[in-house]
Amino acid sequence: MYSHLETAKNPENLKRVVVDPVSRVEGHGKVTLLLDADNKIQQARLHIVEFRGFERFIQGRPYWELPVLVQRLCGICPVSHHLAAAKAIDQLVGVDPENLPISADKLRRLLHFGQVLQSHALHFFHLSSPDLLFGFESDISQRSIMAVLAAYPDLAVQGVKLRKYGQEVIRMVSGKRIHGTGAIPGGMNKSLSKAERDYLLEDIDQMIAWAAASVALIKTVHESNLPYFDDFATIPTNYMGLTQPDGALELYHGGLRAKNAQGQTIMDHVDYCHYNDYIHEEVRSWTYMKFPYLLSLGQEEGWYRVGPLARINNCDFIKTPQAEAARITFKAHSPGAMVHSTLAFHWARLIELLHCAEAIKELLHDPDIMGLDLVAKGEKRYEGVGVIEAPRGTLFHHYQVDENDIVTKANLIVSTTSNNRAMNESVRQVAAEYLSGRELTEPLLNNLEVAIRAYDPCLSCATHAMGKMPLQLELMDANGQLIDKLVKHSNGQIERLA
Amino acid sequence: MIKPILVFGYGNLSRGDDALGPLLINHIESHCDLTEIEILTDFQLQIEHALDLEHRSLVLFVDASVACINTFDFSQLSAARDKSYTTHAMSPAAVLAVYVSIKKQTPPPCFLMSIKAESMELGADLGKSAENNLQQACLFVKQLLQEPTLNHWLQQTT
Repeated sequence: MYSHLETAKNPENLKRVVVDPVSRVEGHGKVTLLLDADNKIQQARLHIVEFRGFERFIQGRPYWELPVLVQRLCGICPVSHHLAAAKAIDQLVGVDPENLPISADKLRRLLHFGQVLQSHALHFFHLSSPDLLFGFESDISQRSIMAVLAAYPDLAVQGVKLRKYGQEVIRMVSGKRIHGTGAIPGGMNKSLSKAERDYLLEDIDQMIAWAAASVALIKTVHESNLPYFDDFATIPTNYMGLTQPDGALELYHGGLRAKNAQGQTIMDHVDYCHYNDYIHEEVRSWTYMKFPYLLSLGQEEGWYRVGPLARINNCDFIKTPQAEAARITFKAHSPGAMVHSTLAFHWARLIELLHCAEAIKELLHDPDIMGLDLVAKGEKRYEGVGVIEAPRGTLFHHYQVDENDIVTKANLIVSTTSNNRAMNESVRQVAAEYLSGRELTEPLLNNLEVAIRAYDPCLSCATHAMGKMPLQLELMDANGQLIDKLVKHSNGQIERLA
Repeated sequence: MIKPILVFGYGNLSRGDDALGPLLINHIESHCDLTEIEILTDFQLQIEHALDLEHRSLVLFVDASVACINTFDFSQLSAARDKSYTTHAMSPAAVLAVYVSIKKQTPPPCFLMSIKAESMELGADLGKSAENNLQQACLFVKQLLQEPTLNHWLQQTT
């Protein structure tokens, strides 16, 4: 573990390297490295400039606006915020999950599977596959989906079409690919027509086949250099996420489960409405992001990872057959009970991609998605909590309202926040193992970005151009004097300015 | 379910004049017969949008442009791989280039309507000048859609 690199003992005598911004990661991220005179890493931190103003924006708004309003939190995962808010608002109108009409429940699941499918396809094919296919230290001109399109055209086209299919599922259920409506308090505002259902059925077998092929690909990539993939940015951690009552993988609704690094259960089947009794958030002075931790283990030991790796590690099985077979192979890869390789996030992600495609097919053959009983009603309540497994991890939405239905308090814990400590630990490990004592180059620093991207391409829930932002590397001494500066321009050219 | 004509307005409704593309789409939706026309809006162009061009006979992209000198410009597009491929805010020409890469065939005839914009500040309303430009662009596009043939659209290019 590299926790000792969070804060250096004598930072005043160290050089500072700034990687700002982190590219192909949506939003602002910055990595600062403090070097000693021998270019050894003494301090490594990931700063995420996440604007948390949304919780304040929400206050004062009527609750029924929330499922539409919160979609603006994220350009990649608007549906996840939409559904997490909708689940919380169901409770405000007195509807518990078990009382949601079956058609509404299945339509929301279909919408969510479409969301996870498109987001996972984007994360892997568009943002991460260039690193895995061309190498972490390959020329920057190689590291884009267009380069993948040129070198591996079939694979790239499959990725593009998988994402498009997920977007089409979202469009059919909610009316638009981005920022559609669909979920309303207590249910859904429309069901699927037969024509819409048949349209989605046309391509689903192809999507399942391509998703299965992507799982085979990542397994091959991983096994092609096992020591590297198993060790890169790898940290043994706790894992948390939702599971079904029988322990199956769950993305839409279930109980909270956490396991430790040895696979022992820390908590299970916890009602997420009481998450405050199990999870607390710590604030640190050097970053805007909070650090959540499991209360039972305390601040130092209670941090955990969420997302695909956590979900596949935590669940006992997956209910769709091809994804379950892939999970068994994945787990067999690790000698221990849990897979801790950070790059295995991608493998787990593609197993979930396959699960989503299989689950979409099952739902499309279910007549309930064309049902007309879509909304339930109940007695007004003043507090609601909605939790969902967003593509990058467990997402909490918690609202309180007054007698006039105006939101008085909101708390959101997004998956990036839950993975904050883990991403910092991975950055420290990469910095310590791959950068210490070496000449600073852009490919080396890209290793840091690769570690971050394994978790999350979406740091600030804002949409910024990927790859367009210049990458600046600054080397400064303890007095703030710039002694070296590398700038990566948008055309991939790297220029030394100091 | 695929209609032969696609009109795709892109931009951000919350960024002042950048809303011109989606606003033109709103106008078409409420003033035109959409039997043969599919309308689409998004914040920006992405790789996947190349697949929206499949099986179309004519495609019209609509965007706000601060570089536009006239009230609006109307031109035919050619596929061109440019630097915008590294971002998820691609140019329409780059989207056409992706289409060529994916489909291994020439894209359908595609045109770009650029509407003159001045300010795209976050949270700003549509400017007065842009509002006037939008009205004129809407009249022009309605006339285009009344005769959706390649020859007619080519004759209308500015």
